[in-house]
Amino acid sequence: MPRSRWFAIGKEPPPRVRLVLTFLSFLLPVALWALISYVPWIWHPLIRVNDPGTVAWFTPGLLVERAVFAEENAKVVATPDARVATGERANPVFLPPPHAVARALWTAFATKPVLKGDTWLHESLALSIRTIFWGFVISSLLGVPLGILCGAYPPFARLVEPAIDFVRYMPAPAFGALAVAVLGIFSAPKIAIIVVGTFFQQVLVIANTVRRHDTALIEAAQTLGARRRQLLLHVIVPGCLVELYNDQRILLGWAWTYLIVAEVVGVSSGITFFINQQAKYRNFDNVYAAIILIGIIGLVTDQGLAFLGRRIFPWQTRQPSRLRAFLALLGRQGGSNA
Amino acid sequence: MSANATGSSSSLDYRQQSPAVAERFKKLKDRPVVLEVRDLTRVFPTAKGGEVTALRGLNFHVHRRELMCILGPSGCGKSTLIRLLAGLDEPSSGEVRLDGKPAVGPSPDRGMVFQGYTLFPWLTVKRNVMFGLRMGGMESDEASREALQWLDLVGLAKFKDAYPHQLSGGMKQRVAIARALANNPRILLMDEPFGALDAQTRAQMQTHLLEIWRNVDVTILFITHDLDEAIYLADRILVLKAHPGEVQELIEVSVPRPRHPAQSNSPEFLATKRRLEELIHPRAEPTSQPMEKLPIIRLTHAGDDVE
Ligand SMILES: Nc1ncnc2c1ncn2[C@@H]1O[C@H](COP(=O)(O)OP(=O)(O)O)[C@@H](O)[C@H]1O
Ligand SMILES: [Mg+2]
Repeated sequence: MPRSRWFAIGKEPPPRVRLVLTFLSFLLPVALWALISYVPWIWHPLIRVNDPGTVAWFTPGLLVERAVFAEENAKVVATPDARVATGERANPVFLPPPHAVARALWTAFATKPVLKGDTWLHESLALSIRTIFWGFVISSLLGVPLGILCGAYPPFARLVEPAIDFVRYMPAPAFGALAVAVLGIFSAPKIAIIVVGTFFQQVLVIANTVRRHDTALIEAAQTLGARRRQLLLHVIVPGCLVELYNDQRILLGWAWTYLIVAEVVGVSSGITFFINQQAKYRNFDNVYAAIILIGIIGLVTDQGLAFLGRRIFPWQTRQPSRLRAFLALLGRQGGSNA
Repeated sequence: MSANATGSSSSLDYRQQSPAVAERFKKLKDRPVVLEVRDLTRVFPTAKGGEVTALRGLNFHVHRRELMCILGPSGCGKSTLIRLLAGLDEPSSGEVRLDGKPAVGPSPDRGMVFQGYTLFPWLTVKRNVMFGLRMGGMESDEASREALQWLDLVGLAKFKDAYPHQLSGGMKQRVAIARALANNPRILLMDEPFGALDAQTRAQMQTHLLEIWRNVDVTILFITHDLDEAIYLADRILVLKAHPGEVQELIEVSVPRPRHPAQSNSPEFLATKRRLEELIHPRAEPTSQPMEKLPIIRLTHAGDDVE
């Protein structure tokens, strides 16, 4: 790609370059992480003791700060028949190297629950997904119709939106104690937090999208004989459907961000519980694996929905989803290689 | 079109009608009035708190199966007028009557074709045409059959399952015409429908519209700012002037029917066009200010002349 093309405003690069950039987007942070993890003279503020020598309190595998290690060895050298401790530079335990996390992505699923009441990773994930699902469904069942009404009928918006705007600024976690008092300590208050976190934004976002409807189409429909309710159901709603669908994708992402807060309300549960437990046992590779899993689930859901959207809305003419572009490119290359 | 017409035609009065044309107009005026406009006035409030009169005291009527064009310079209130007729806007005073009854609010008996393509992007071509029928409560099967007939009429039956974004501008307007006609409107209102099309497509669409009008029982009110288009299409041309929009003249086009593009060099056509040019672009009247010469500094090299 010629250099000028990189800074041409609003110009998409060719598909092959797009794909490479998408890969790089993930590869670069991982490369940085690998650099810090595997190149011994970058960071590595600690020493992992191999041979404790004659330092009394050192044991093999112990992590000590470099300065402390040097100090202890200096003290030992001064004493007779001394044997200095040896070790190698290491990173803190909370920064496991990529390969450990990659392995954990697999082994985390096989990590046995330590205590009674602890859960397997897949059980934790399933519980989290269930919480998100119900929270988002309940929020959408209320928020989408309300948003559409607000967007379509200004008096309705005047009645509803100021109050919603007010509540929207209250952080959803603030309702945690209330939710527990009213709904008990199990799933219900967690779902409620997700609903509270999503619903108020949802009404406003959906209403704004609906408000941007094309008045020319409404007028055209009126001259064709469409009346009030027909205008709403047969013109405004289908006219906004693609945008509403994309709004919902973004809102689902927001729902995920409330998950971690929701899951510590009442009895801690789901993926948050798993993460907290593993952090307690200092299995930080499992912690990272779980966090990455949340990201993967989010990305796959979103791209899956984008892919699905193109099936449901054949009239839209936008950029294909990344997933689809990726599959198409793989297909094309497979075809050309064959 | 060149102004060097032959000596005999340059003296032809645009009002002079051949016996056949005169006979046609007599028959036309014997037909019942479909649309009647009485003292129509529309005043808009301006942002600064003042008022602007877009239309003032408009009076005219359209007979059944007439094709009337409304012609005027940009900004003279043509769109304002057609929106009032369609019921999409309310007059400040005066009224619109359809078949003798006051016409208030939008209704399928006044079909409309807009300049911007207002097809529903989420519906296929066929479903776009079915829209009005379905809104009127017709069963899906029957509406589908009717829609196909209308698509046949505009020559787009092949594209029934396409979506609007897959069609060219001319095709979209043909669908829009079919969609409006499917409702069996008493009058079809068209606001510069071919204004966004290229010259060649526009000429095809004009011929096409005349063809449709010949075959379908419909009255057409067609807005344009293109003199040739108005003469080619219209029985009568209502010429508006701007600020405020008022009727300047109602011209009976003396070009005989059936019309064909070759007539654009005929004496009647040229005489009518000359008259329209006088009305729309008056020759430097003493009252109107001459166009000022723009104070442009020369920014090219000496000797690098293009004219
Ligand atoms: N909604 C409106 N509010 C204020 N002024 C308007 C509005 N619509 C049209 N006008 C004014 O009325 C005049 C006629 O406009 P329009 O009917 O669009 O002209 P045309 O279609 O002949 O080009 C213009 O001067 C325009 O500024
Ligand atoms: Mg206009």
